[in-house]
Amino acid sequence: MLDALIERIRAAYENDSPLIIQGGGSKGFYGNADEGEVLSTRGLTGIVDYQSKELVLTARAGTPLADIEALLAEHDQMLAFEPPHFSPSPQPFPSRGEGARDALRAPKPIDATLGGSIAAGLSGPRRPYAGAARDFVLGVRIIDGRGQPLRFGGQVIKNVAGYDVSRLMVGALGTLGLITEVSLKVLPRPAEELALQFELDEATAIVKMNEWAGQPLPLSATSWHAGVLSVRLSGAAPAVRAAHTKLGGEVLKDGTAFWQRLRDHATPFFDRQPLWRLAVKSTTPPLGLGEAQWIEWGGALRWLASEHPAGMLRAAARAAGGHATLFRGEVSSPHSFPRAGAGAGANVMPDAINDGVFTPLPPAMRAVHRALKLRFDPRGILNRGRLYPDF
Amino acid sequence: MIHPAFISRLRGVLPAHAVLVDREDVVPFESDGLSAYRNVPDVVVLPENEAQVVAVLQLCHAEKVAVVARGAGTGLAAGALPVDGAVLLVLAKLNRIKAIDPLARTAVVEPGVRNLAISEAAAPHNLYYAPDPSSQIACSIGGNVAENSGGVHCLKYGLTVHNILKLRAWTVDGQLLEIGSEALDAPGYDLLALLTGSEGMLAVITEITVKLLPRPERAQVVLAAFDDVAKAGAAVGNIIAAGVVPAGLEMMDRLAIQAAEAFVHAGYPDCEALLLCEIDGVNEEVSADIYTVHEVLEASGAIEIRSAESEEQRLKFWAGRKAAFPAVGRLAPDYYCMDGTIPRAQLPHVLKRIGEMSEAFGLAVANVFHAGDGNLHPLILYDANQPGALEKAETFGGKILELCVEVGGTITGEHGVGLEKIKQMCAQFATPELTRFHEVKAAFDPDKLLNPGKAVPELHRCAEWGAMHVHGGQLPHPELPRF
Repeated sequence: MLDALIERIRAAYENDSPLIIQGGGSKGFYGNADEGEVLSTRGLTGIVDYQSKELVLTARAGTPLADIEALLAEHDQMLAFEPPHFSPSPQPFPSRGEGARDALRAPKPIDATLGGSIAAGLSGPRRPYAGAARDFVLGVRIIDGRGQPLRFGGQVIKNVAGYDVSRLMVGALGTLGLITEVSLKVLPRPAEELALQFELDEATAIVKMNEWAGQPLPLSATSWHAGVLSVRLSGAAPAVRAAHTKLGGEVLKDGTAFWQRLRDHATPFFDRQPLWRLAVKSTTPPLGLGEAQWIEWGGALRWLASEHPAGMLRAAARAAGGHATLFRGEVSSPHSFPRAGAGAGANVMPDAINDGVFTPLPPAMRAVHRALKLRFDPRGILNRGRLYPDF
Repeated sequence: MIHPAFISRLRGVLPAHAVLVDREDVVPFESDGLSAYRNVPDVVVLPENEAQVVAVLQLCHAEKVAVVARGAGTGLAAGALPVDGAVLLVLAKLNRIKAIDPLARTAVVEPGVRNLAISEAAAPHNLYYAPDPSSQIACSIGGNVAENSGGVHCLKYGLTVHNILKLRAWTVDGQLLEIGSEALDAPGYDLLALLTGSEGMLAVITEITVKLLPRPERAQVVLAAFDDVAKAGAAVGNIIAAGVVPAGLEMMDRLAIQAAEAFVHAGYPDCEALLLCEIDGVNEEVSADIYTVHEVLEASGAIEIRSAESEEQRLKFWAGRKAAFPAVGRLAPDYYCMDGTIPRAQLPHVLKRIGEMSEAFGLAVANVFHAGDGNLHPLILYDANQPGALEKAETFGGKILELCVEVGGTITGEHGVGLEKIKQMCAQFATPELTRFHEVKAAFDPDKLLNPGKAVPELHRCAEWGAMHVHGGQLPHPELPRF
């Protein structure tokens, strides 16, 4: 299977024909439209190595997350970044949107794969308290845009030999290489988890989430939506009980399901489009950009179902120290928001760059991105345009 | 040698006292923490603000003069070793803590701020900066980012890369890269990870936004003695398998224990291996975990287990471990500290092999081990005054690192490659990966002006050194000529 993938990429490089890398297809909606033939990693499955005592798991890219999580659960361990599945099997994934891209991304999604999760770099509710996908990646094997297999990092927790190319792959959406194998740090599952709810207005909830995160409390997730602050506590049973006593609140009976639905966007709120993801400084006061909002990550993540112009949302996110991503929905028409780095003259910036899902990069950052892309994928055959429309 | 006209131009963009060329002024910068490697710099500049840093970079770029960035100079891999004909750019005077935001739990600091100074400044808010390299009293945060520094609490709290949010970094041609954000992620590639641990090869950092954590409510340490190193190693895995993630999990072998005991009288038992397991966090969590750790240690065959009953006793337990390096330093005129990381299960095998090599080389080794994260610090004892002794220690050390690679580990867990371990990079990586590293550098610094010759070996050098690691009968660089 690996050899076949290498051959396929080498041929694509020779013929200058772009490829769309696809795992489970659960995140086909995410990113800009790309072009090319589908290259599936679904045959590249299997957990290569798992040493629970080492807290390290290595698996091939096409391995379903569900398989990995099931094996970890047998050993009371977990992927602490809580990667979203977006298509929890066995429920069928509702088809979203229309257009050529969806048609290309057949077959229909089954479950998120490890490779896709790392390439997308998305993390779930536990992220601010346990770390992001990139924080747990120890090593990767990739095939670059010339069909060259490469191995970076390793299977040990501390490793500073060479540049951290492994983490560079996380969130690169496959534009720097096809991930074929990933080694991850895993963590013990908490003995007990408890979800609490508080009726609070948005401004108060944001302050509370930040205040509590500054105290030694066993927080593992926070959410605010429609006037309700939800908090998850994780740890040894006595620690969870003590924190409950300290914080008060109403116990949410089906807490596990609540956080899983939030992780997977399996509630009607997340069906709305366009759905924007604003990553901001956690203490940012209410953005005042509409009622249709879901806050996560201690205030650092604000989901907005909003028809506001992209430029307005990007400006709001920038003012709040962060950035805005059009998570689900059609990309806006060209020129709908100001060009980043406008006036930086010499840097040619095609209009298309402004028309994207992700916040445009300033010219110097863009130059570094393009230079890196050129080194890993000189002919731009891997997920062309998925991250930024111009590469 | 740097042209005097260039020195004048440096003086044009910096205050007079910030440009050092006289021998007595520049000699103190001839090495970093690895003093076996020395090279007197041609010129040292000590800019006092970001604008001066950028001016120096632009000047160097225009004249194609190389730049070696240096923080506090506590590095242990000769990463900040001066390079002939290069400007040594010392960032120690950029030492302001610009802001602390207690509610958001962040601090904005300049690169010359000392690691410990961040925690001290955050202490009134009951917050601290988690990574704590043993040099934290002196090392600078800029150097920590350059090396992706760790410390004894990495298993639970991560390395530098896990504890920073944002960088202001400058390419050598004076372009600003704002990397990361005040949010928990940023658009585009994860350049924050790429720059962390890049050893001054890609860009020069002038500002860092770090995460602060609430100080744990309680910390408690358990000490366990073993009559067998393998049993101690197995106990480490058993603790983790029991679902406990200790804040610190340290191991010392007999020679290290004896040296520490003789030095600080920590009251350590007489044994083959000693484990120190620290649990921190919420009070109830600590109690529950300490109970578990006790049970696991007993079941793992510890011959003696002690829990620190007071803060005083906890500090005493740690005193021996924290003094281990200077304590070992009393056993011989010099020691050479290695920094390999191995999968923990390989520990008994690796210690046995190190013991065999120790006999073969005729050099004693004390082993200090960040057992929780597999980071091994063998300290090779030697006497630099004996002709050839340093070379012998280096050869021995190189063999230990190659052994680490052989068992699935790495040549450096937290100290960095610098110049010291550049040969072993040839054993760790094959040609395509090394080539890609050079290409990554070229994406930032095509003229190779930043810290040239460090961190990633030129391919032809790998062949010249003969630092080849044979793995499965295959040389890693079969296409290169050998002599």
